[in-house]
Amino acid sequence: MKFGVVTFPGSNCDYDTYAAARYILNEEVEFLWHLDTDLKGSDVVILPGGFSYGDYLRTGAIARFSPIVKEVIKFAREGGTVWGICNGFQILLEAGLLPGAMLRNKGLRFICKHVNIRVESVGNRLTAGLDPGQVLHIPIAHSDGNYYDYPERIEELKRNDQVVFRYCDAGGNIIPESNPNGSVDNIAGICNRDKNVFGMMPHPERAVENVLNSTDGLKLFESIRSYYSRRAAV
Amino acid sequence: MLSAKVTVVFKDGVLDPQGKTIFNALQDLGYNSVRSVSTGKVFNLRLDKSDKQEAERELNEICQKLLANPVIEDYRIEVEQ
Repeated sequence: MKFGVVTFPGSNCDYDTYAAARYILNEEVEFLWHLDTDLKGSDVVILPGGFSYGDYLRTGAIARFSPIVKEVIKFAREGGTVWGICNGFQILLEAGLLPGAMLRNKGLRFICKHVNIRVESVGNRLTAGLDPGQVLHIPIAHSDGNYYDYPERIEELKRNDQVVFRYCDAGGNIIPESNPNGSVDNIAGICNRDKNVFGMMPHPERAVENVLNSTDGLKLFESIRSYYSRRAAV
Repeated sequence: MLSAKVTVVFKDGVLDPQGKTIFNALQDLGYNSVRSVSTGKVFNLRLDKSDKQEAERELNEICQKLLANPVIEDYRIEVEQ
């Protein structure tokens, strides 16, 4: 299988994401430039973290109009796997591929630390290889990670099993103290209704080797790979 | 040529942490008459158009598409000759 990692002006997690998929997972990876109009045969397109276009106007607001994102939108509508991490999540929200919006963190600060997130749904290719309720130790690094949507749309997310991760404590309890940024219902990651587009604020590519203090992020990469190897076997 | 001012503000009920922080600072400074503070953005645009209605129509589209995020923000358009 093949991953594509998009680089926007201002992306800064593109190389980490590339390295996780290429050298830790040992899969094929291509960099995709923001001006490209071809996904180079990628099965999974990752929009990595960073500050695309300087975060001007709103996070992700300018990136969503770049040529590569037009292709990503088409790819997503055809059922391709799209995975937005941090700034990538913000871009997917602005592009309308995922519902909701990001607000500034409740405490107004940039937060960079390891957090615990609980796997809320395993009914999708990103978490199919994990256990429901499993706690992952993965770092966050953002100023605008306060996920927001109208209460009725949050209810809809839950009804459709679209909430993938929620911030929790080490024991897996969803409590206000484990919510780093004020996100509605401690939401850390979601997917679209068709379950092929994913957005999450934590950085799994920063948790793929023991030297990084956690390998929990690698489990998500592995889950996606199993999905594609099962598909190839059919 | 027409000049336009677009003001983008948070919708009612959407958390505005910067507004809240500024409010707290004003309370600390003793401005107890201040009851609330909300923040927003102002965009000044010049358009190569002569028809005010046509300019408003285009600005509306610009706001929907780019300047405001309709999930969390409202906007106001003022066009001047």
